[in-house]
Amino acid sequence: MSEVREKESRLKVDGAVSLIELHETVEYILPDEHYDHPVAVIECIEGIPCNPCETACPVGAIVVGDDITTLPVIDPTICTGCGLCVAACPGLAIYLKQQHHSDGLSYIAFPYEYLPLPEKGQAVTMVDRRGQHVCSGTVVRVIKTKRFDRTAIVHATYDSAFYEDVVNMVRL
Amino acid sequence: MKRLKRDIVVIGSGPAGLCAAIEAARSGAAVLLVDENAKIGGQLFKQIHKFFGSADHRAGVRGIDIGEQLLRQAEELAVEVWLNCEACGIFDEKTVWMVRDKEHSVAVEAQRIIIATGAVENSINFPGWTLPGVMGAGAAQTMINIHRVLPGHRVLMVGSGNVGVIVSYQLLQAGATVAAIVEAAPNLGGYGVHTAKVRRAGVPFYTSHTVKEARGNGHVERAVLVKLDSQWNQVPGSEFEVEVDTICIATGLTPAVELAFGSGCRPFNSPPLGGLVPVHDRMMKSSIDSIYIAGDVSGVEEASTAMEEGRIAGLSAAHSLGTITDQMFAERLEQLQHNVDALRSGMFGQKRREAKDAIVRSYGVER
Repeated sequence: MSEVREKESRLKVDGAVSLIELHETVEYILPDEHYDHPVAVIECIEGIPCNPCETACPVGAIVVGDDITTLPVIDPTICTGCGLCVAACPGLAIYLKQQHHSDGLSYIAFPYEYLPLPEKGQAVTMVDRRGQHVCSGTVVRVIKTKRFDRTAIVHATYDSAFYEDVVNMVRL
Repeated sequence: MKRLKRDIVVIGSGPAGLCAAIEAARSGAAVLLVDENAKIGGQLFKQIHKFFGSADHRAGVRGIDIGEQLLRQAEELAVEVWLNCEACGIFDEKTVWMVRDKEHSVAVEAQRIIIATGAVENSINFPGWTLPGVMGAGAAQTMINIHRVLPGHRVLMVGSGNVGVIVSYQLLQAGATVAAIVEAAPNLGGYGVHTAKVRRAGVPFYTSHTVKEARGNGHVERAVLVKLDSQWNQVPGSEFEVEVDTICIATGLTPAVELAFGSGCRPFNSPPLGGLVPVHDRMMKSSIDSIYIAGDVSGVEEASTAMEEGRIAGLSAAHSLGTITDQMFAERLEQLQHNVDALRSGMFGQKRREAKDAIVRSYGVER
């Protein structure tokens, strides 16, 4: 992304957070190439009163604290990648990511609340924060459990060249 | 005309009224809950998204499911409910005049009245705004989430507050395309997580823009958008058209204060909370000792806040009738006020917190 486009893309004007804005927050931690499994990434940069991510986490990897407007902080080294926070976040602002999943492919598991749901093995189009088509992806699995309360979690792999850009897929 | 008596009459069964009725009934009062609609719950059953907050606020649970839980609680507590019942006036600070089923006139003498009449959508007008296809965002939300009818296929949303972006997201979920969201202000109003959700679905935002005109033959076919300068004036020559068959207006809400002011509650002007509201104290008591208020009528906020305020109003009204001890009251009140304060904390809550404080201060000074 060019510098100019980066600046255009600002949360309170464009609707989506820019990478520059994200990188300015200490709460956004993109897992590096050393992780051998996907871990949660939280894109929650405004202090709204909310903490289900913290209460959903079974291993205490996410901390909000008593003041529920504090931004959530994750310790990715503790995160097991269970995905409970992904479904629990009312803002749909959490996904799981792994940079090197298999031969040149990155891995993402994102919340998806549209019908129809994609199916395992289906080729889909991955999008960035502004809804722009980035690359193709392959659905690895779609998880829909009662606990996730009608928020499906779609697991997919895609070209690692676009590791940070991809956040979701084009709705079917 | 029949004349009945009840401990507490709650007017409006949305999140605030429903919670007020439950809390008052739990505190031992005999409660009558009335609503002009055919169904209980107000806007709660349109809220198919997961709510923010903490576990105390039922965060992470969808509004519709919170509504179901509250209905069950109200049933278990034997709250008496009258639907299709319009509260038309309050006389002598105690008698609620109602019309049931648009036929029967009934007066109920209540020791305490809790007004939870909510708010109404603001509109903006522009050439073509009377064309079929122009509607309130709340109306579109009712159509898709209650009646399961898609109001149109390509939608323009006017207003980027939480209502505008949440309804836009739900229109996408219902299968519509949202062609654009316009916002007259230079910055978007809604929570970033909500705007991000629709942005990554490909919906463009236009800040410092408004709708200038709706065009179409017998129905909306196009909207003309125009840029606004820093003085909010339309910039000539900046017009462009978007093809849409539906224009949703989400330009804020105004507290539904008619009943409260008609009964003599003293008004207070609070622009950040939607305009004129009945002045009230922290216990949600109005300037009239027998009348309490809660929810959007006391200042427009969100369903979560309305529920906490409702509980405070129900608790205070019941306590004032002596149904619970001072200690029980104090303990529960502290818990509820902690919950409501948490929802008004942080940068998004600051304006609402200060506005509420101003209302409460005014209550103490001028009462």
